[in-house]
Amino acid sequence: MIKKEEIETGYSRREMMTIAAAREIKNGEIVFCGTGISMLAAMAAKNISAPQSTIFFETGAIDSRLDEVPLAVADSRVMHATAVNGGLAEAFATMQNRFTGSRVVGILGAAQIDIYGNLNSTAIGDYRQPEVRFSGSGGACDVASFVNRTIIFMQHEKRKFVEKLDYFTSPGWIDGPDGRQKIGLGSGGPETVITNLGVLRFAEESKKMYLAACYPGITPEEVQLNTGFTLDLEQAEVFPPPTSTELKILRQRCDPQRLILD
Amino acid sequence: MRSSQNKVTTLTAAIASLVKNNCHLSIGGFTINRNPMAAVYEIIRQQKRGLHLYAHSNGQGVDELIGAGCVSRLEIAYAGSGRFAPTCIRFRRAVERGEILVEDYSNYQMTLRFMAGAMGLPFLPTRSGLGTDIIRHWGFAKSLRKNDNGLPDQKLITIDNPFGDWCDSPKLVLVPAINPEVTIIHVQQADRRGNARIQGLTFADIEQAKAARHLIITCEELVEEEFLKREPDRNQIPFIHVDAVIPITWGAYPTACYRHYDYDPRYLNNYRQTAEDEESYQTYLVEKIMGCANHQEFIALNDDEHLKNLIADPETGYATGLKRN
Repeated sequence: MIKKEEIETGYSRREMMTIAAAREIKNGEIVFCGTGISMLAAMAAKNISAPQSTIFFETGAIDSRLDEVPLAVADSRVMHATAVNGGLAEAFATMQNRFTGSRVVGILGAAQIDIYGNLNSTAIGDYRQPEVRFSGSGGACDVASFVNRTIIFMQHEKRKFVEKLDYFTSPGWIDGPDGRQKIGLGSGGPETVITNLGVLRFAEESKKMYLAACYPGITPEEVQLNTGFTLDLEQAEVFPPPTSTELKILRQRCDPQRLILD
Repeated sequence: MRSSQNKVTTLTAAIASLVKNNCHLSIGGFTINRNPMAAVYEIIRQQKRGLHLYAHSNGQGVDELIGAGCVSRLEIAYAGSGRFAPTCIRFRRAVERGEILVEDYSNYQMTLRFMAGAMGLPFLPTRSGLGTDIIRHWGFAKSLRKNDNGLPDQKLITIDNPFGDWCDSPKLVLVPAINPEVTIIHVQQADRRGNARIQGLTFADIEQAKAARHLIITCEELVEEEFLKREPDRNQIPFIHVDAVIPITWGAYPTACYRHYDYDPRYLNNYRQTAEDEESYQTYLVEKIMGCANHQEFIALNDDEHLKNLIADPETGYATGLKRN
């Protein structure tokens, strides 16, 4: 199904999001990916700009080849031609271990996010009698607790960008620059939030989220309108659209069946 | 039973004798891979009730046990089936309707809890979860914990590092051991005594297996002990932990079994739709699950051509080029 924005721009929002995340991944990093768009972003980075990055799954697979896009982190496709097939104990230890954990970039998603990048992927409403129940932390809380740098995927809606989380599943910057230190966590934290409207980052001084860029055709006001807290819009630039090479590799090499892109 | 030279039995007998109503059960696998589905369906057929279920990131197995009404309490990190159901449908409903009690942990916490159980320790420490609601919110009340000897009195405990500055870890989360009464895992190969070999990722199966009082292993292939002993480096579970061995081909279907077969996208997509509708789901349970005498009959509901498409390519370990949308 071709969406309106795709006719206007020649690419879909989901493709834009995937490529925006892929551009954040640095060559040489160990990339922790969750299910869906995050593993597609890791595949895109590996094939476009970060060929020396290592794709890594909480299930215990390190340096998966990914000839086909997996549909879960336990998909047999992640087990193919790896460096080592281990288990959860090894995978999470790799992130808790500071020698290796400091080289891991985590890619996460959530149902709710607050201004400090703390995440809820558990429940809306009261925890014991929720209005909506989600999958739960999985490895997200572990990754957010351990690694120095995370990238977060979100759908940009007011009910998802909230003043206060219904349930605090995974730590971001907690409540400010010394938030993590106060509760005994490491110094790293969320760096980038990638949404269907643009890219947000965290201010050095306050660790509050601000709008860093809008996708072409999106205004900062539109982003604010879809955010449940006040965003600093002053620094917003226009995000460079995907190049034809990026799109070609994403479509032809990473997800030709469009299992995740659609 | 564990000293026996031959633990091969039927699934019907193993579930009937080891999985009691209200027992504390853990199942292996992860989302849509190597869930012990034949055993899950047999538990449903035997209409077990009141199970206290432990899993870390189980999708299909957990959802079907909940959907069939077998589960009353669940300790879990993640209930999803990948792209097929980012949140498991029957799980979500049961929690929203208050039909089951659920207590949340992270994946690493659950792994460490099984590991502590397997090591004979009361708890293990981690740096995961500090400051989160995973620590603050309990799924099980104090009174429930007091009344069940299988549960620790507290959920998670945060402490100051007793070694002071050592390893730059000022605070730690202590996660309590899990010792299930029964664990069920599905593996690629096992022998009659219960020595077992998992191919591909082991997930937390080894920890879950060793933490349990009783262990049921279902396997794709029953092999000779000599075969496993030719390459012991590739085996993970020695017979001393094992109570029952049941050879069942397609034993993880509709989830995947690396190097044997892929997950069945058609089944999982249909399941999601069925699970969304109460009436369809009851029909599904009656016709597809209860209506089959055993897993072989359930598998035979598929035509051969369909199953053939799922068989793993020996090169990759999955069904290369499988149509998955």
